[in-house]
Order: sequence, then structure tokens, then C-alpha cells
Amino acid sequence: MVVDWANFTPIASLLGGAMIGLSAALFMLFNGRVAGISGVLGGLLTADGWRDVWRVSFVAGLLAAPVLYVLMRPLPPIVIQASVPLLILGGLLVGVGTRAASGCTSGHGVCGISRGSVRSIAATLTFMAAGFGTVFAIRHLWGG
Amino acid sequence: MRNVSAFLVGLLFGLGLIVSGMANPAKVLGFLDLAGHWDPSLAFVMIGAIALASLGFFASRRTGKPLLDETKHLPTKKKIDVQLIVGSAIFGVGWGIAGFCPGPVMVAVGAGKFGAVIFLAAMLAGMFAFNLFDARRTIRGNADAR
Repeated sequence: MVVDWANFTPIASLLGGAMIGLSAALFMLFNGRVAGISGVLGGLLTADGWRDVWRVSFVAGLLAAPVLYVLMRPLPPIVIQASVPLLILGGLLVGVGTRAASGCTSGHGVCGISRGSVRSIAATLTFMAAGFGTVFAIRHLWGG
Repeated sequence: MRNVSAFLVGLLFGLGLIVSGMANPAKVLGFLDLAGHWDPSLAFVMIGAIALASLGFFASRRTGKPLLDETKHLPTKKKIDVQLIVGSAIFGVGWGIAGFCPGPVMVAVGAGKFGAVIFLAAMLAGMFAFNLFDARRTIRGNADAR
């Protein structure tokens, strides 16, 4: 393992993480809900959930974030390396997987772990391991 | 008010994703690439997020009722089952392929990234497909129970 010091941003990442955690805390204190993005989005695609205005509002907030950010300072780079077929494959897997697991990085990784949910700890360990394994396979077995 | 707070919470969440670097798939893949040039930054995102969120969840246990709703809407599933593990594994593979998970892809769409729109469309299709499967399974399960 070689640490990529050039791209290492501990302060910004800690600060941004704290903002995410604060957001999750406020959502529980004000709305009594878990800030799990796959749950908020996936709920919009169900027979009853699409009527929930709060879901649409939350998603609108996420979409508005980069727009507000660029009014204050230049947006940091968003670099997409995957090809279109891989973006489609990745998207399908993330969609099916997060719904089957009832959560993603936010719902299980941030909120679930913070609530002390054993289920979420198991989910987080699993998707992290799968993520590490997949990148290893693509970059070092396939590509190498 | 509930909808206004949901918007502001989503906005803060999205800004956090941008500031932290999570909105950048290249950085996410740099974190997931343990065997290459590893960028540990995203571990710090998790530390910062869990620290603040834990405080919030702890406080919400004390206060009981949320400020803008009658009750809390907490997840009801408690069991670690096959679906949780297989679903998480499938999610992890997709995450490793593109470097996007559901929150960051929304931010990247908001930033006007074409690749993010493609990923989002596929992700919503995947979610919809699973919802359909799940609804059918529930109907069949109810029929069997009768």
C-alpha cells in the first residue's frame, strides 16, 4: 500500500463529513427521519411514496447544493472515469443493491452506525469489502 | 415546515458531500484502491459524519418526539439476513465500478455532469425493478399466508 499524499485531504474531508453528520442529526431531530439517500429516492418510486413532498424537497436540496456552492467559490473537480456502459452497469447494481439492502453509504454507513444498528454495521462492512474488491479486480487484475 | 427542513437538510448534506470530496468519483475510487495509490480521505468523512450524527441520534433519544412530526420514522428491520448481505455486496460492486453512490450522484447531476445523469437513470431503473420485485413478492407472500 502506498498512500496518495498528493490527493489526501483530511481537514476538508473531516469538515465535509461533519456537515453530512450534522445534516443527518438535524433530519432526525426535526423530521424524525433517517437521512438515507437510497431510501429517500427509492421511496419516490413506490406506489405510495411518490406523493411525499418531503422526499422531493430533500432531493431538490441535494441537486441545489452544487448550484449554491458555485455562487460562493469554484466547484471542486468531479471526475468520472467510468465509460458509459460501466456507468449503466454500476448504476443498475447500486439501484438494485441499495433497495435490497434497505440502505447505502448514508442510511447504513452514517446513520445506521451512528444509531448503533448491528444490521447497518454488517451492511457497511459488506459494501466496503465489495467496493475494495471490485476496484482491486478492475485496476489490478483486469487492467494490470 | 417539514418540507422546508427536508430541503435545507438535503442542501447541507449535498454541500457536505462537495466539501468532503465524496462527490468526486475519482476520489472515491482512490479510497477504494487499497493496492494502488491509496487516498485515505474518505475515512475522515466517515469519522466526521458519524461523530455528529451520533450526537444527533443520542439527543433525539432524549427529546422523544421530533420537532416537526408526530412520531419518529425509524427503520423496523433488525435481522441480519441474506437479502441485507447480498444487497450490500451488489451495491458495493456497483460503487466500485463507477465510484458513485446515491447521494454523490445527485450532487454530480446538480453540477450538470452528463455521466452522472446516465448513472442516475440506471440507478433509478434498478431501484424501480427491485421495488416491483419486492411488491410482487409481498403480494405472493400474503396469498400464501391465506
